[in-house]
Amino acid sequence: MKIVKSLSLLLAAGSLVCGQNAGNWLTYSGNDAGHRYSTLNQITKANAARLRPLWVYQIDKTDKFEASPIVRDGIMYISEPPSDVTALETGSGRVLWKYKRVLPDDMPVCCGKVNRGVAIHGDSIFLGTLDAHLVALDASTGSVLWDVAVADYKAGYTSTVAPLIVKDKVIIGSAGGEFGVRGYLAAYDAKTGKQAWRFWTIPAAGEKGTETWKGDSYKFGSGTTWVTGSYDAALNTIYWGTGNPGPDWNGVKREGDNLYSNSLIALDADTGKMKWYFQFTPHDVLDLDSTQVPVLADIQWKGAPRKVVLFANRNAFYYVLDRQTGEYLLGKSYVRQTWAQPELDAKGRATWLPNTHPTAQGTTVYPNSPGATNFQAPSYSPQTKLHYVMTRDEGGVFYSGDDSYKQGSWYLAGRFVSKPGEEARGAIKAMDPRTGTAKWEFPMFAPSWAGVLSTAGGVVFSATWEGDMIVLDDATGKLLWRFPMGGNVFANPVTFLSGGKQVVAIAAGHALFTFALE
Amino acid sequence: MWKHALLLLSLAPAWAQLPTDAASIQAGKKAYEWHCAFCHGAGSDGFAANLVSPRLIYAPTDSSLVNIIRTGISGTGMPPALGMSETEIKQVAAYVRSLGRTAPQKVAGDATRGEALYNGKGGCTGCHMIGGSGGRMGPDLSDIGIRRAPASLRTSIVNADSVVVPGWAQVNAELSGGGKLSGVRLNEDTFSIQIRDDGGKIHSLAKSGITKLEKNAAKSTMPSYEGKLSGAEIDDIVAYLFSLRGGL
Ligand code: HEC
Ligand code: HEC
Repeated sequence: MKIVKSLSLLLAAGSLVCGQNAGNWLTYSGNDAGHRYSTLNQITKANAARLRPLWVYQIDKTDKFEASPIVRDGIMYISEPPSDVTALETGSGRVLWKYKRVLPDDMPVCCGKVNRGVAIHGDSIFLGTLDAHLVALDASTGSVLWDVAVADYKAGYTSTVAPLIVKDKVIIGSAGGEFGVRGYLAAYDAKTGKQAWRFWTIPAAGEKGTETWKGDSYKFGSGTTWVTGSYDAALNTIYWGTGNPGPDWNGVKREGDNLYSNSLIALDADTGKMKWYFQFTPHDVLDLDSTQVPVLADIQWKGAPRKVVLFANRNAFYYVLDRQTGEYLLGKSYVRQTWAQPELDAKGRATWLPNTHPTAQGTTVYPNSPGATNFQAPSYSPQTKLHYVMTRDEGGVFYSGDDSYKQGSWYLAGRFVSKPGEEARGAIKAMDPRTGTAKWEFPMFAPSWAGVLSTAGGVVFSATWEGDMIVLDDATGKLLWRFPMGGNVFANPVTFLSGGKQVVAIAAGHALFTFALE
Repeated sequence: MWKHALLLLSLAPAWAQLPTDAASIQAGKKAYEWHCAFCHGAGSDGFAANLVSPRLIYAPTDSSLVNIIRTGISGTGMPPALGMSETEIKQVAAYVRSLGRTAPQKVAGDATRGEALYNGKGGCTGCHMIGGSGGRMGPDLSDIGIRRAPASLRTSIVNADSVVVPGWAQVNAELSGGGKLSGVRLNEDTFSIQIRDDGGKIHSLAKSGITKLEKNAAKSTMPSYEGKLSGAEIDDIVAYLFSLRGGL
């Protein structure tokens, strides 16, 4: 009884911050602009060393734990692999309810049975599932409100992305780019589960863009959308990155630029119609998905305010684009790369260097297939005006093979291995969007799969691959505090208030760790 | 929730049935050449586990074989399958079992003479353990006859630097208080490194206390025996090592 009572007290304390969104973490990236930044400032450079673990929640699965939590009014909602949802009380870490999804056992899945998080809107929680459904759950009980098939999992479609709420719609992306699917971004009515629109990232027969694919190779063109994008309400535009063309490592059968793979697409939020696109890696043969979080920032550009989108790409180039028009403003290599000429052309197009495509004997190229960065979420601090990016420095050896498309089967036409005899390295880089160069970097022994969070307290939170939670000074990159969590990290940190106290949370190994000041 | 738990149980994969027909094994061979040969060798003579063995350390049953092909062996160099369907995984497993039914690779030397050389002239016992006795400066060789094929064992002895076993990188650290430490790197992260020195003592050092750290993953502390042992002597030692199967 006593426990129940103190729990309800805690929840009541939590609801004091209701409507006061700074204390909540309501979307994948914390805000629509993709900043993964919080105005919370209890944890500062001066006191970060007093952080201590608050509670740890262990999952009972062995798959990678990639969830980025959602927090509202004292309740945290996480997805667990493969496609489950758990609600936790943020003060105690105690479970309130669980949704367990029974999945078919004949699902073709690429890279682990993972999920990166849920979305919240009104009284509903939204989950994209491995069997390519979109499910709405009651936020208070976990009951299924509606459950719709977005695509056919038997054809290789899955959903691992955290949905994005745009007005009254739930935006859900696709995965399955290793199975020759046709990528899409789809919008569903949050109340009814009715599809509002769907944008196919790969054109259909007769549509513009098919001329960038040899023959009918566009039919298996992939271009999936497996990392949550951003939204600008004033421009009524959704920004989302698209993945590799299929098959991954042999482009012979799909000569051409392969639109709209490896691009940033800007869509009208009401209709899903494309306003503009920018392709980062034309005719990709290294699996360089442009599925990073687009960061929307308003910066001074050559003396005038400009609405831009910042994009630290897997292909090792850092881009600044005008987000109203898609105009290319800046592009610079920010991690070692050997696939393209060091300078982009006037329109920001990369030029492939000779002898960089996969071959039967193997071709060594930087970066390796996992890229210069990947799904690790970046962070943008409006305070420092720096864009914090988790980077990887690793070479790969790429082999090309042959694959013909078969529904639901792997469609890779090649493979890669890490460059033998070389240890990969990682670093968090504080990119200055005005110059495309790093103001500081925090070098790491191995490339980390953790995302980055910055706050008004002047600190940056992230984690090393080996599982150290780290806190850095946002202006200098100096290490302020660390805590060994003892498991590899594949997830992004978030921060919120619980009972009025600032808490930071991140998944490591098979547990979710939370930290607060002692 | 109970209902779901029961359902999950009933969905658990049945005991793995490997195909036995020649066409499937042939398909498995083809997939093996693409997915496995660059580590295990086309005829299983690569640097990774020797699969020409009726019994495998990690795969006592067909189910465990299918499982390690599907998910890899965590913490080792054996990766999970990427780009293989369940059917292909079973075909490869069937091919691996067919390798296990073939006669073990032929070795030229004599195992009894090899054992004597190993314990005597070769001076191997000081660094390696077999069956619980020997030194700690190199990997335990009790089941080396399954873990490595004869051709790759020979290469290791002739030129130790040619394949350095992961986890046995040699490191030299210069410490900020003066002093040096060298040994084998057991682990490393952004902030610390763990080293076993030549006496077998384990040290954990904060990187902030190290002024210079030399690592050479491509350099072995094991001497190369080219010129120190005759070709026939090396053949004998290989025959001895190949007979070490950890009781399997
Ligand atoms: C990148 C290198 C690499 C690739 C590719 C690879 N393996 Fe391995 N494999 C290893 C290593 C290294 C080990 C030994 C692990 C240990 O004991 O530390 C191993 C172990 C094994 C074992 C266990 C042997 C035993 O004695 O129990 C089997 C079986 C196996 N591999 C099968 C395969 C098959 C089949 C494929 C292809 C589908 C494959 N491997 C691909 C490196 C590789
Ligand atoms: C000074 C210590 C030392 C001596 C002496 C030595 N080794 Fe080694 N050996 C090592 C070390 C360290 C490694 C691991 C690094 C490597 O792969 O070279 C190793 C690796 C090996 C391996 C590969 C083991 C594996 O797990 O794959 C074999 C086989 C081997 N040694 C055989 C021998 C034989 C046979 C002799 C004697 C003729 C010998 N060694 C003498 C230190 C030694």
